[in-house]
Formats: sequence, C-alpha cells, structure tokens
Amino acid sequence: MRYALVGQPNCGKSTLFNQVAGYKAETGNFSGTTVSFKETKVRVLGDVVELVDLPGTYTLLGTNPAERVVLDYLIEKRVDVIINVIDATHLVQGLLLTIELMELRRPIVLAVNMMDEALRQGIKIDGEQLSELLGIPVMPMIASRGQGIRETFIKAWHAGEEKRIPQPVQYGEVIESAIEDIKGKIERGVFPISRRAIAVKLLEGDPKVMEMVRESVPNIGETIHQHLDILCHQSFRQAVWLVATERQHAARDFESKVKTQGESFLSFRDRLDDYLLHPVFGYIFLVLILGSFFALVYGIGNMLEAPLMQFFEGITHAVMQFFPSSGLVPELITGLIQGFAGGLAIVLPYLLPFLIGLGFLEDIGYLTRIAFLMDALMHRMGLHGKAIVPFILGYGCNVPAIMSTRIMEDPRDRFLSAALATMVPCAARLAVIFGLASFYLGPWVALGIYFYNLVVIAVTGRIITHFIPEDSPGLILEMPVYRLPTVRSVTAKAWFRIREFIFEAWPLLIVGSIVLAAMNFYSITPFFDRLFSPITWLLGLPRQVGTPLIFGILRKELSLIMLAQAFGTTDFGSVLNAEQIISYTVFVVFYIPCLATMVTIKNELGGKNMWIITGLTIIVALIAALLARLVFFLFV
Amino acid sequence: MNLLQINNGNWVRVVGFRGGHGMERRLAQLGFLPGNKVRVIRSAPFRGPLLLEVEGREIVLGRGVASHVMVEYI
Repeated sequence: MRYALVGQPNCGKSTLFNQVAGYKAETGNFSGTTVSFKETKVRVLGDVVELVDLPGTYTLLGTNPAERVVLDYLIEKRVDVIINVIDATHLVQGLLLTIELMELRRPIVLAVNMMDEALRQGIKIDGEQLSELLGIPVMPMIASRGQGIRETFIKAWHAGEEKRIPQPVQYGEVIESAIEDIKGKIERGVFPISRRAIAVKLLEGDPKVMEMVRESVPNIGETIHQHLDILCHQSFRQAVWLVATERQHAARDFESKVKTQGESFLSFRDRLDDYLLHPVFGYIFLVLILGSFFALVYGIGNMLEAPLMQFFEGITHAVMQFFPSSGLVPELITGLIQGFAGGLAIVLPYLLPFLIGLGFLEDIGYLTRIAFLMDALMHRMGLHGKAIVPFILGYGCNVPAIMSTRIMEDPRDRFLSAALATMVPCAARLAVIFGLASFYLGPWVALGIYFYNLVVIAVTGRIITHFIPEDSPGLILEMPVYRLPTVRSVTAKAWFRIREFIFEAWPLLIVGSIVLAAMNFYSITPFFDRLFSPITWLLGLPRQVGTPLIFGILRKELSLIMLAQAFGTTDFGSVLNAEQIISYTVFVVFYIPCLATMVTIKNELGGKNMWIITGLTIIVALIAALLARLVFFLFV
Repeated sequence: MNLLQINNGNWVRVVGFRGGHGMERRLAQLGFLPGNKVRVIRSAPFRGPLLLEVEGREIVLGRGVASHVMVEYI
C-alpha cells in the first residue's frame, strides 16, 4: 500500500508528514529533477503503509520542476490512496486541486487542515456535507497539534481497501462533449492515469501530455485544435481559463454549501504587515531582526566553541600518552580527533542554533516577507526575491545554503544562487576574517572585507547574468499568514537539515583530516607549496601559505590554523605585512568552497556544476584579491 | 491597463493575460481568472514586487509578471 500526500504549498502537508514520520523521514531525489519528496513507513490498522510527501503544487500539471514531480510520481509509482490536504481558510483554492485530483480515478481522502485557524477567522465548515457533495471521505484536521491525523489515515485505509473511485466533477456541456470525443480517440488502459484526466489536460494545452499521447494517437493535435476552435469561438476566453473558471464555479458552489462565515477574531496580526512590510520601517525591522538573529547565533556558537575545543585538546593529550611522541600513528590519531572536533566544536555550535532560528523564522512566515522586501535588490544580480534565502543561510554555513536553492523553480536560478551563495563568508571564514584581518588590522578592516564581499558577489552576479540572461518571469509566491510555530515542527525541521551535515559532510571531514595528517607526516607539503606558487606569487604572499590554502579546502578555519605550522610562529603580524594579510584573507574568503560544500553542490546540482562553480570561485578569488592589493597600493 | 498601473489599495477586475501559456495556467490556479477581483495591497520600494489580494489569499507577484495581468477598474 502506498499513500501520497498531495496539496497546495503551505497547506500544512509537511507538518502532517513530520507529525507522522518524526525525524525518521528520508529525503529522496527524483532522477533528473532535484526537487525532493520524502518517504516514510507508517502503520495503519496493522498494515505497513508507505507514505510519501510530494512537493506542494497548485495544479497537477504545473510548469516548474517541483509541480511536475507530483504528476510524474502519481504516474510512475502505484499510489493506492491520495490524501489531499487543503487549507480550511482557503477552501475554494484548495478544492480546485481536489477537483483536478478526482479526475485521476484513484481513491481520495480529503483532509481539511488548519481548522483552528479557520475558527479564529470565524469560518465554520460542515465536513459531512462536503463529503456528501464530493462523494469522498472528508476529515477535519489540525496537523500542527496532531488532531485528526489518525482518523484521516483510518479513512484512507478503508478507501484503499474498498478501492473507492470518486466520480469526477462535471464541467459545462461544451467542455464535456469535447472531453467525450477526445476520450474516444484514446485507447483504454494505455496510460497510467484516467482518459478523462488526459483529455482535460490536452484541452488545457499541456505539452508533455500532448507528447505522450501523440505516440499512440498521431493525429490528436488536430482533434484538439478542432475542439479549441469550438470552445474559443463561443467564448472570447482561452480554453485554460474556461476549464479553470468552471472548476472555480464548482469549488465556489461547494464552498457556499458547506461554509458559514461568523465573526473574525483577528486584529493585531492583520496589522503586523503594515509595519514589517512598510517601505521604510520594513527595512529597519529587517536589519534589526536579522541582526539579532546573527548576534544570537554567534553568541551561542562562540560560547560553546571554546570549551568544546578545550575538551578535545584534553582528549588529544590524554590519548597521546599511550603512544610514542612521534611517528605515523599518533599523527593519524591527532588527525582523526581534529576532524571529529572540527565538526562538533566548530561547525555544529553555529549550525544548530542557526537552523533552529531559521526554522522559526520560516514557520512564522517571515522568510517570505524578506523575499518580498529584497526582490528589487536581487533583480540587480539577475535573481529574484526567493534567492535571498540561500544568501542568509550562507552566513551560517554554505551547506544548508546550497540545499535551500531547491526552492527556486528555474535551474538557471538554482545554479546562479548556488554559485553566489558559496561566496558568502560562512561561520568558518568568519574565524579567518576575525582571527587574522581584524586581530592584526582592527575591526574596521573586518567590516570592510564583509562589505567588499557583498560588492564582489553583486558584480559577479551581474557578469554571470550577462552570459546567462534572466529568463524566469520573476517572483510568484503566496504570502502566508503569520503563524506561531510549534517547538516540535521547528526542531524536526532543524534535525532534518542537520542530519545531512552529520551523515554526509562530517565523515568526509574526518577522513580528509586523517589523510592530510598522513601527508604532513611524509612531508608532502613542499610539493603543495610549489603547486600553489603561481597563486601565492600573484598575491604577493610567502610561498609557505600554499599548504594552509590546501588545508583550507577541507575546512576553511584550517587556512588560519595551519599558518602557524607553515610559519613556525603564531605571531602572523611579524611574518605578513598589512597588504599580505588583506590579500590572503580576501583570497580565503572567495576561493574554492570547502569540501563539504562541494559535495553538497554535487548532490544538488550535479558534478559538472560543482566543477564550474569551483573554477569560478578560484577566478573570482584571484581577481578580488588582486583588486584589493591594487586598492591597498593606490590608497594606503 | 495592467496591474502595475494600479495604485495601492484599489480593487480591480481581471480581464485577461498577455504572456506565456505556462504562466497563464499558474496564475489561473492562484485565482487570477477573468472576472475575479484583485486588490493591490502594497508594493515594495525600488521597483519591487506587488502584494495582491485575490480570492481571499495574499499573493506576491514580481513586476514582470504583474505587467502581464490585464485589469479594469470596477
């Protein structure tokens, strides 16, 4: 048995999924596209059922990869029951998708979610009446509090056992006769979805379905054209709108019979956007909110980092007592502990509060507001408002930043925002900026480097846009109402993101750290110095910094820590002059994303794009560092 | 007249759409259908996107998309 959760974006589908799956959820990438769906196993009335959470979609045959995944999944995998989740506060819009789903001839259970929210808005919905009208089981639900979930699954189980196929909603006479005629041209049982659904999609002009049908019915195009002629001559509107309008009529008709609107209890929340989206105050609040968010993350991270590092140093000392003071084995063990400590003491203290805070901002509905406020600015870099999310994430760690590019619809937008987000100085690079530039040259230099970084990213975005022009139509997204997040959904979300670091990036850090320890032991480092010598020469740096730069690919903090080993002193100010410190720091900020980021780019965007982005960062790093040298030369 | 020409706070009625087929379907699903009423709630500064109310939902449309939605005053 397999159940699929289908619903529009932001209807609470994933909240429902997380309630059922806990953190046992698995992410799966659909071949070809990279928009993910999640699967889990649940037990319903003694049966083990596979439950899949499909991406949110407004329509079954959509235009972006996320929406396409939904129909592809429904075609390719045998789904026994569709659990259609709709938002009770937007009944008409939700029912539009329900009407579309009912054409597929699969058992459906309708879960009317967010009943608590509806109640606050004074909306009452008669579930029994709705069930009678649609001819499918209907269950009211409050997924965030776990209410109605069990009952929904039991209803789904019964629907699946009885193979209860819903009767599709009838359109107007003209459309129905067109559907009948087209259905007659299609052989029964050739396609995995119902002939009626195919006929409707053909009328709506879906190119993919057209291609699919043309293989067995070569002259289908003419038939469709004839019908479109009839349809559109009787009405000035296009067929897409005719069908959509009829669905809307049906949905409104259903709503009017089941919904009663009472007094609304909303007040404060409605006024909130007047401040948070205000043309002036909106940006002030944005700076305040993001500023305090980062201050909190760095505060917590800093507080944990030092004692954890001390703890691991203690462990290293304790373990080393059992080994000879020199030799390969102690080097390797130090490498192992360092790799482990790097993840636990340097990355996780920042990543964990960051992801929890981000999940909070996301659930409350603020991230969409940021996208709204920043859209105009992002367009100057060839992106739109949604790309602000990977940028914000990038300051914590580039790994979740790359993952978050999934929210972009267009592959070109995904690539560009991933490429630019890798250049955002993450928490690890913050250590280099503060530990080197700020420590020896003052805090203003650090601030200057951050600003310089933003300028370089914006210019790079502009230049790339020149070569691959922006062709996506721009921002289309639904503004969610403010909702108070539950602890459970925020922590589940944070865990879901952090486990990818723990299970994928961290082991690599540890292995890499051990390998480098071995290289260090066999004195391969002069070789690296020579390898990097063209770069170090260009940047006017001493040759020895080549090895720290290599180590930096593994973990960006290492390009600071390893300097001590390279120079034989921790007083970098005595070996490097101000110009060298700046050009080194700038180069470290931009060049090659760390190994964990590279692996993430490969997983998300493919190996080819990983190498393109890596190459790009080296070029940008060189130009940025040389420019910084030039500025330093001219003005200081 | 398209959506960009409407001042904040005004109600208008959708009359048509100029642009690609895929975009049209997407907007239809969000409630931008001929005859439906739309209100421009606010727009972001620096030629930013529009926040619109349609069918009881708030939808953000970038200026590129909004310029394709044809409307008339009620």
